Amino acid sequence: MTTVRVGVVSFPGSLDDQDAARAVSLAGAEPVRLWHADADLRSVDAVILPGGFSYGDYLRCGAIAKFAPVMGALVDAANDGMPVLGICNGFQILCESGLLPGALTRNDHLHFICRDQPLIIENASTPWTQSFEIGETIVVPLKNGEGGYVADESTLDMLEAEGRIIARYVGANPNGSRRNIAGITNARGNVVGLMPHPEHAVEDLTGPSTDGLGFFTSALSALTRDRLTTVGPAN
Amino acid sequence: MPTAPRVIVEVMLKPEILDPQGRAIIGALGRLGITDVVDVRQGKRFEITLDGALADASLDDLHRVAAELLSNPVIEDYELRIEA
Repeated sequence: MTTVRVGVVSFPGSLDDQDAARAVSLAGAEPVRLWHADADLRSVDAVILPGGFSYGDYLRCGAIAKFAPVMGALVDAANDGMPVLGICNGFQILCESGLLPGALTRNDHLHFICRDQPLIIENASTPWTQSFEIGETIVVPLKNGEGGYVADESTLDMLEAEGRIIARYVGANPNGSRRNIAGITNARGNVVGLMPHPEHAVEDLTGPSTDGLGFFTSALSALTRDRLTTVGPAN
Repeated sequence: MPTAPRVIVEVMLKPEILDPQGRAIIGALGRLGITDVVDVRQGKRFEITLDGALADASLDDLHRVAAELLSNPVIEDYELRIEA
C-alpha cells in the first residue's frame, strides 16, 4: 500500500511546522512540506496548518496568511473534502479564510498563556479525532495570546446542536473562549481547528503526554480506510 | 494641482465583543488619577493614499479591502471616509 502523505504548510513566521511534520512521521504517515508561496498541494492526502505567528500576526492573526497562494488551493481541496487540521495560528487562519465560523480574539486576561491543558473530546468522528473516545480527557500544551474563540450566539448554538465542538477546555477557562471551546469542525467534518497543540504531545521525552498523537493517527487511519473503500472490489 | 485623496478606514471591535485592551487602559487611567472614564474601546486607523483621483470603482475596491482585509466582519465593524 502506498504511503499516506500529509502536507504541512510553512508561512513566514510559522513556528510549529517542524513539530507537526515530526508528529505526522511518528504517526506513521509521510510529512510533505508545503510552501506558502506555492499554489501547489503536491498531491497530499491531508494538510496541517501549523502554529506560530504567520506574517508576524500583523493586522490580525491569520489575516494576511489567508491570501497566501497556497490557501487558494487549500480552500478548494477542503471544500472537496480533504482533511485539514489548523492548530493555533492554523485555527486562526481557517477562521479568517472562512473555512470555519467565528474568530479567535485576544485572551480575556491579556496574558500569553503556556501550560499543559486538559481537554475533553466531544466529537470522535472527524478524520482528526477518530482515535479518541467521546468524553475522553487528554492533556496537551496550550500556548497562545489570542485564543479566545468567539462567534455570535446563534453560531455557538448551531455548533453545539450539530456536534461540531470537537474539544473543550476542562477546568478554568484559559483564555475566555466562549463555551470553553478549544476546537471545532466544519459542517462536513473534514476541517478541524484546534487552539491547543497536539503536535507537542507526541513523545514522552518532550511532552506532558503522548495524547496528541491521536490526532495524527486518526488522519492516517481515516485516509487508509478511505483508500481501501475506494480501491476495493466493485460490488 | 489637487492633492492625492486620502482614505481613512477605522476598525473597531463590535460592541458585543469584549475589548480586554480597552479594559486594561481603564485600569491605567486610575493610576493617572482619572476616575470619571467609564469605558475605553481600542481600535485601528488606516490611512490609505491613492495615486490620482478617486474613481467610483476604486471606492468600491477600498470598501472590499476594508471589509475583507482590514477588518474581520465576525468581530469588527469599519468606517470608511475620504479626506480631501
